[in-house]
Amino acid sequence: MADTVPPTGLRDRLRPYRAVLASRARSQTSYRASFTLDLASSLLIGVVELAEIWVLFHSVTEIGGLDFAQVLLVFGLADLCFSLADMSFGHCDNLPTYLRAGTLDVFYLRPQPLLLQLVTSDISLRRLSRALVGATALTVGLVVNDIAWSPAHVLMVIVAVISGYATFAGMFVWAGGAQFFLIEGAETTNAFVYGGRYAATQPASVWNRPLWAVFGFFFPMAFTGFLPALWLLGIEPPYGLPDGVGWCAPIAAAWTWAWALLSWRLGVRHYQGGGG
Amino acid sequence: MRAAPAGPSGVRVLRVLRVYGRILVAGFRRQSAYLAAAFGGLVANTMFGLLKVAILFATVRAAGGELEGYDVALMSTYIWVSQGLLGSVNLFGRIDIADRIKDGDVAVDFLRPLDVQAAAITTEVGRSLFNLIPRGIPSVLIGGLVVGMALPDDPAAYLLGALSILLGITVSAATVYLVVAAPGFWLVETRGLQLLYMVVSGFLAGLFVPIWIFPHWLETLAQATPFPSMMMYPVDIVSGRVDTSGALVLVAAQVAWLVGVAALGQVLTRAGRRHLEVQGG
Repeated sequence: MADTVPPTGLRDRLRPYRAVLASRARSQTSYRASFTLDLASSLLIGVVELAEIWVLFHSVTEIGGLDFAQVLLVFGLADLCFSLADMSFGHCDNLPTYLRAGTLDVFYLRPQPLLLQLVTSDISLRRLSRALVGATALTVGLVVNDIAWSPAHVLMVIVAVISGYATFAGMFVWAGGAQFFLIEGAETTNAFVYGGRYAATQPASVWNRPLWAVFGFFFPMAFTGFLPALWLLGIEPPYGLPDGVGWCAPIAAAWTWAWALLSWRLGVRHYQGGGG
Repeated sequence: MRAAPAGPSGVRVLRVLRVYGRILVAGFRRQSAYLAAAFGGLVANTMFGLLKVAILFATVRAAGGELEGYDVALMSTYIWVSQGLLGSVNLFGRIDIADRIKDGDVAVDFLRPLDVQAAAITTEVGRSLFNLIPRGIPSVLIGGLVVGMALPDDPAAYLLGALSILLGITVSAATVYLVVAAPGFWLVETRGLQLLYMVVSGFLAGLFVPIWIFPHWLETLAQATPFPSMMMYPVDIVSGRVDTSGALVLVAAQVAWLVGVAALGQVLTRAGRRHLEVQGG
């Protein structure tokens, strides 16, 4: 047993997290009918979100200088990244419930980092179907648009997806840290997490300067879909941004995580326990 | 109703109305305890509102300044009034009675000399009306001050608009009761229904895009559901998109949906009560 031999290798140290995640995945898939309904609902969420954009293009051909096929690429990148982050980090949103019920204190009893425990305490497999909508939109967007394919373009797609995923994951952690202070006001962070998702799927050329300050740079939503997509399409970014600004997506992700970890640290320090 | 002393029927109606009036006020006051939540909601409403302004204004401009009767000013009114109603119109599908029905606790509620459905809907409407103060009015003010909006000059639009908002709130509470809460008499888990309601209601109520901009078939589909009655119709009346006679048609449609949805909910509640009794609850 582990209590006689302390775990040494990385594999050993990751084993408890793997065990928890596998058990969560098994428990969600064991009720077949319920899981199927969950998958269908999640799929519908993705489809409706796409439909919200599609109905606009039903009446006009171009919004913010992009046509529907081009916006499909922006939507696909951003929505795929958000869905994947939501699947693995979205339950950070449950933190206010844990705080109110005092169940967070249980995590403190275990010899593992709090954030890592919280993140690996659950995985929402039903959100896989929603990621499927994003992945489909991205694939269609990559195929139908006139992209001058080169190895750099392939690399950009990979960089954009990984950075976008990390950026949205950082947003969930940032919001989680803020929950320690907000408790009842949890909806405040929705303005930026879910508002951020909504913003990220838009052609950001329609934003004014204040919106660019909030969702372009402070919460770098424009870097999850719009700016990488512009580079892939060979379109000049708005507001005189340099052509290759889409390549800064990893910096945007690092910036988000810096804020996320700061917010999380402050939150955990602020926490006085559930009185258990 | 043996508890109620016999008297002229007019007095009895007044007494029943007073009971539901108290329930309405109780719901209103209960919601006033959650001011931090209301503030959070307002921040989220405003942020989404600004993003809606960006994309919908760009769409109107791309269409040459006018889109299905919407210019930029009218679109602004649509955005901020609908954002303001978001705290009051139930597009999330959550209602307190749903858990009580699912758990069987509702058996206790059936013992009270009140109609379970009417009491649940009245409480919800009371809570929703309170939310107009910290979320509804500020949303419209912020939108009006920061972005600007069109307002109708006809005073009838405001009167009919207030009535239409009240009807919209009530239709949404009655629909959530029917679609999410009442099936709990038979189903063990209603989370899937709640999720489904949340996804479909916002889109068809015209939360992100006015349904009048939808392709024709989708617009017709939306109007075949109670969802536009919850948000789109009240917004149309308050923003002056329709004239008085048009407003009266919309209000009539709302009343028809309310009667239909409430009647179906009553049928399900009665059937559910029998079901509950069969189970020995």
